[in-house]
Amino acid sequence: MAQTSTVARGGGHSAPARRRSHRPARRSSRLPSWVVPYVLLLPGLLVIAILLLYPLYQMVDMSFHKVGLRQIRPNPQPAEFLGLGNYTAVFESELFWTSLRNTVVFAAITVALTLVAGTLVGLLLHRLGKKMSTFVIVGIMAAWATPPTATAIIWKWLFDADAGVANWALNLLPDGLSSLLFGRSDWSGEPWLNDPSTIYLVLVVAVVWASFPFIAVSVLAGLKSIPSELYEAARVDGSAPLTTFRKITFPLLRPVFSVLLVLSVIWDFKVFTQLYVLAGGTTNRESFNLSLWAYTEAFSAPPKMGFGAAIAVVLTLIMLLITAVYVRQIVKTEDVR
Amino acid sequence: MNPRTAKQLKKSGLNAAGVMVFLIAVFPVYWMVATAFKPNDEIFTTRFIPFPLAPTMDHVSRVLTKGVAGHSIWQYLLNSAIVALGTVLIGSVFALLAATAVARFRFRFRTSFLILLLIVQMVPAEALLIPLFLMVKRLGLYDRLLGLIIVNVGFTLPFAIWMLRTFVAAVPKELEEAAAIDGAGRFVTFWKVLFPLVAPGLVATSIFSFITAWNEFVFALTLINDQGTYTMPVALQFFTGQRSTDWGGIMAASTLMTIPVIAFFMLVQRRMVSGLVAGAVKG
Repeated sequence: MAQTSTVARGGGHSAPARRRSHRPARRSSRLPSWVVPYVLLLPGLLVIAILLLYPLYQMVDMSFHKVGLRQIRPNPQPAEFLGLGNYTAVFESELFWTSLRNTVVFAAITVALTLVAGTLVGLLLHRLGKKMSTFVIVGIMAAWATPPTATAIIWKWLFDADAGVANWALNLLPDGLSSLLFGRSDWSGEPWLNDPSTIYLVLVVAVVWASFPFIAVSVLAGLKSIPSELYEAARVDGSAPLTTFRKITFPLLRPVFSVLLVLSVIWDFKVFTQLYVLAGGTTNRESFNLSLWAYTEAFSAPPKMGFGAAIAVVLTLIMLLITAVYVRQIVKTEDVR
Repeated sequence: MNPRTAKQLKKSGLNAAGVMVFLIAVFPVYWMVATAFKPNDEIFTTRFIPFPLAPTMDHVSRVLTKGVAGHSIWQYLLNSAIVALGTVLIGSVFALLAATAVARFRFRFRTSFLILLLIVQMVPAEALLIPLFLMVKRLGLYDRLLGLIIVNVGFTLPFAIWMLRTFVAAVPKELEEAAAIDGAGRFVTFWKVLFPLVAPGLVATSIFSFITAWNEFVFALTLINDQGTYTMPVALQFFTGQRSTDWGGIMAASTLMTIPVIAFFMLVQRRMVSGLVAGAVKG
């Protein structure tokens, strides 16, 4: 390649050797060119290191110590080393199993429903006319944009025992059908937000409602990138719609789906805000998931921060394990090399 | 049935499905706004009242004057705006520099840095809450919006860099090379050539960070104890009393919090999607 570039640059895809080539001829700043990217990166890297990596290290470190009131006051006393004590306490606690179950079951159901609903809506958007598709996209944007606290509050209101729309709508069902489906016909005054299992039901509905638009719009973006010739060929060959989806759409969108899957798992595993609002704070221990449990242990009196940190470490490890495979795949497909 | 009617039928079927999706998505938001303008006797009823029969500004004016937890909603909106704007102003500078580095240069640890960006987004914020709480407390930033701004910068930055790098990479390198040949120094090239072309992407990224910081709940809940310093999402919790909830008030306040976000969102949604799934969707 001709040496057209005199700008200090680390080189493009094709020319890593340029890094060491001629210095810019005129008016170059005094920094040697190999330093430039590091200088640009430094502020951001420092922020990430101080605000994310160092706390991450501290979290692990704290999980091996007893960190309570005496350690967080001004003039803190040194924390007592407990070894794996916090972890043993976590695994021996009854709350661990209920919180783990709540976390995992919620994430599995929500991720599945979100992906299915989002993909279906994405496919629908792709087949709608231009005006209709814009109309629907504007609508689902409203659901997507609603802040999580507002989302939870709105659904709490919709599922209100006395004045909620949900109970009103369930009462509209013909009595026979309602008894057949749910074993009851009168829903007046049904308190959805007292019992952990129904709290989680409302939570699933609220989170799926808020997160399917993102999946739909992403799937739509992916669908638009698939050449239409492929579909024409499939139609000529007489392929059924489901076969077309399985053999053409899904394989081509696989990278999109793996990104969406990982993001959804990450978001749904650590759901906090919506649960906090729906469960009404930290009083209802049966409805804890791991995030809310860790928060409660660390911040209600008396604060057990080391114990809370141990729960947080367990949660992070579970998430890393689940997403590791897919993250590798994303790293492969993404342009990070 | 002839093929033409079949096609027509299919089309109206699809359109009907589209309308259904629209209604499901919009109804809860509509219901929030509708409730905010209903008088109490239309709110606390088992009947279904589809829209305010006697629309009232009572709830809106009540939350704006009397407010909740001792302060007007204006105060909390202002606090939220300060936090969100502060986060954007500080964060976008860092993000732009780092995004330029990864999109424009090849250097050692570049790949590691990008993978780091992916991984740190996986760590639950609630996990880092405990050490960050202690850090903020030690630095004397507890109960101060500045502490919240700093934490938000940390949490929005990885994604902002990730999103912005695709915008930087989309600017043709030749432009900068031409500028350099014409004798422009590095800084001038950056400021006069790259920056104006990346600006739309920077706006999109900034709006995303703004929304994230505006909506942020957990840190605002933990790092702020003084009621006058609450942000909107935390203040909303105080409409729920021991015995009853002021649904009209909470819906009015939620509406005031949600409207700016939805407006911003509509502005940038297309760019945001391309940033979120950057690279995976080759469009």
